[in-house]
Amino acid sequence: MVEQLSPLGDAWKPGAHGRMLGGAGVTLVETRPGSIVQLAAWRGEEKTIIDTIRDVSGLALADGAGAGVAEASRAAFGFAPGKFLVVDQAEGLGATYRAAITTDHGAVTDLSHGRTAIRLSGQRAEWVLAKFFALDFSLAAFPVGLGVSTAHHDVFAQIQRTGADQFDLYVFRSFARAFWTSLCHASEEVGYEVR
Amino acid sequence: MIITCPYCGPRDLVEFSYQGDGNRTRPDPASTDQATWNDYVYDRINTAGDHREIWQHAGGCRVHLTVVRSTLTHEIRSVALTRDAGHRRSGGHRRAEAGDSTGPVSGSAEAQP
Repeated sequence: MVEQLSPLGDAWKPGAHGRMLGGAGVTLVETRPGSIVQLAAWRGEEKTIIDTIRDVSGLALADGAGAGVAEASRAAFGFAPGKFLVVDQAEGLGATYRAAITTDHGAVTDLSHGRTAIRLSGQRAEWVLAKFFALDFSLAAFPVGLGVSTAHHDVFAQIQRTGADQFDLYVFRSFARAFWTSLCHASEEVGYEVR
Repeated sequence: MIITCPYCGPRDLVEFSYQGDGNRTRPDPASTDQATWNDYVYDRINTAGDHREIWQHAGGCRVHLTVVRSTLTHEIRSVALTRDAGHRRSGGHRRAEAGDSTGPVSGSAEAQP
């Protein structure tokens, strides 16, 4: 069994930080999924990939921009035309999808070691994220399950809303420590707890 | 400036990178016609008005977009996925395409060849 190392290193400081007036405004967690897999459909094969996600992960995605589903231990969403990110707490999803999706339909890229997943939750989650990204994070414009691709100062980020006040962010592993530190700084004013 | 990506919706300019004039058609790579290549590499319509250009949503879904933008007001007239916008891969000559539905969007420049 290989020991997993977090790219956050010493920047991950569990406990309460910042302006904790009446509790933490947000909670920051590194969710450490065992599998982060990117699926790309060739043109016209999008439906095949959506069907495969339903069969393999049990997640029924609607056919639309950014459509996604989030469950306790797995999630999937579209982040670009014909492209999907599938996440699971269990390891080995890349191999399962490689077996399920042939080169006739699309491509499978295992990003489990290439992305870091950060969960930002709490009453002030929308407020903190709005400081990073020029997006409308209100529940009406950004419903639960929806995924988006965006960037903060050239740090590419994929964001899925996984709850009414909960967002999962996927950033490049090599940028994760810097991005995490920025998230902590931005969360100081509302008080934050790291778990 | 805000560009409405057909996939991602309205996004700020910082997420996009400019990929050049969208009125050009790359000549046949086997061609050795110097005038054609000179035209492709150097000549621009330099429109004052609606201009077709290629942008990439580099800080988002990363697709290439064909955007018609007014060079006078920065108003975005239309945005479409470049793969759906009817661009030819190679061959042809843009000066010969005037009047073609996939030809240049150039405003006044088309009237003054």
